[in-house]
Amino acid sequence: MKAGLSPVQTLNAHPDSRCWFVGWSPSGTLLASCGGDKAIRIWGREGDSWICKSVLQDGHQRTVRRVAWSPCGNYLASASFDATTCIWKKKNDDFESLTVLEGHENEVKSVAWAPSGNLLATCSRDKSVWVWEVDEDDEYECVTVVNSHTQDVKNIVWHPTQELLASASYDNNVCIYKEEDDDWECRATLQGHTSTVWSLAFDATGQRLASCSDDRTVKIWKESPNESGQASTQRDLLWKCVCTLSGYHGRTVYDISWCRLTGALATACGDDAVRVFKEDETADPDQPVFSLAAQVTRAHSQDVNCVAWNPKEAGLLASCSDDGGISIWRFQEED
Amino acid sequence: MSQLENANPVIFQRSGDRLLTSNDEDEDVHDPIDDREIFDLIRAINDPEHPLSLEELNVVEQVRVQVNDEESIVGIEFTPTIPHCSMATLIGLSIKVKLLRSLPDRFKIDVHITPGTHASEEAVNKQLADKERVAAALENSSLLEVVNQCLTPTRGI
Repeated sequence: MKAGLSPVQTLNAHPDSRCWFVGWSPSGTLLASCGGDKAIRIWGREGDSWICKSVLQDGHQRTVRRVAWSPCGNYLASASFDATTCIWKKKNDDFESLTVLEGHENEVKSVAWAPSGNLLATCSRDKSVWVWEVDEDDEYECVTVVNSHTQDVKNIVWHPTQELLASASYDNNVCIYKEEDDDWECRATLQGHTSTVWSLAFDATGQRLASCSDDRTVKIWKESPNESGQASTQRDLLWKCVCTLSGYHGRTVYDISWCRLTGALATACGDDAVRVFKEDETADPDQPVFSLAAQVTRAHSQDVNCVAWNPKEAGLLASCSDDGGISIWRFQEED
Repeated sequence: MSQLENANPVIFQRSGDRLLTSNDEDEDVHDPIDDREIFDLIRAINDPEHPLSLEELNVVEQVRVQVNDEESIVGIEFTPTIPHCSMATLIGLSIKVKLLRSLPDRFKIDVHITPGTHASEEAVNKQLADKERVAAALENSSLLEVVNQCLTPTRGI
């Protein structure tokens, strides 16, 4: 059988609005979406189809840009253009608003939970990244504000196992942060993209990071041992660009998802297409080779904003678009 | 506004109406969107500081409109009246909003400054191309009001 992406279902998720983001719950049974209509919707499978299980409204005054599931799946954090982050707690089949995190000067662009579930990071157009600590009583306290970017911070992601944080910015750079004596510091700045970096994804091991950009390329970065013995650079982490995927995307690449089960790399592009890349397993890991395994050129009728691999069901991919719709796809590899 | 940035702009003549051909009136002839049609949508946009249209200030010109109906792409270059014009982003945003509201959703709309005509060309272009920042700007009610003022017709074209 030939490799391909076949549609499973399309959902008119955020009618007359833009759907900015879709994210699977850790168990892979629920899908959360959010958008320009200020609402968050939770989708679940019923029989063969996905239906809307609940709508979370009145949490935000403006666009909800992104949501994030806690690693336990019982909490949802939502980042909004209204400069706040809402924390929602699962209660039976619904969610209730638990608390609102304030502090950013303007639009919050992204939110992400650390793998332990004890830390939460937010980033904003105010150029800062905030790290919040969560205690047993569901209290949130900001422990650090880092200002390593010179422009709008578009997205943040945590390492799959370590307390290591990566951020992508309008300043064309990626920053990597680690805690040092109770303070979070930028330990590496990844330079190479020539325009806004929109999104990031770690691979399953966390040794590599993929970034996508307005410069229409995808870059793969790999952590490498720091050979330099100089004291001044010892605390710095070294990440090198080991691969650049160029020539595949017709416009801005808005999102990237690296499947932890299969290693497939999916991209969401402003040319309305969803693409899947596979790594050549025989290539040198320090010079990886990725090739286009499947693409749907008219995946949506407008820009594709987000792609997300299901964490439990290999090959199940969700995407969403400016047209307000969500599509669920099955990626079939070549036999 | 207490002081005008460009107090005495050069004023250009407005174009005449589009000449209709028999094909334009024939419902059976496929009628793709062309540069004149796009130009007609944007030429009457008001300048934020003068009671003049973008056409009269030569900020927009029909030759700087590129349309590919088949590929659903529209490209606009606009020329600020002076190289340090602080209104450049607002003018570009107004053009973008006008086209977003008027054209079918399938169109990708790229609005740029005419190369070499503005000191912060690259920064303005980057901001106008960032749909997330454009979306956030349009949720700002005071900014939206200014954009809507630029888009409110003051006279017939």
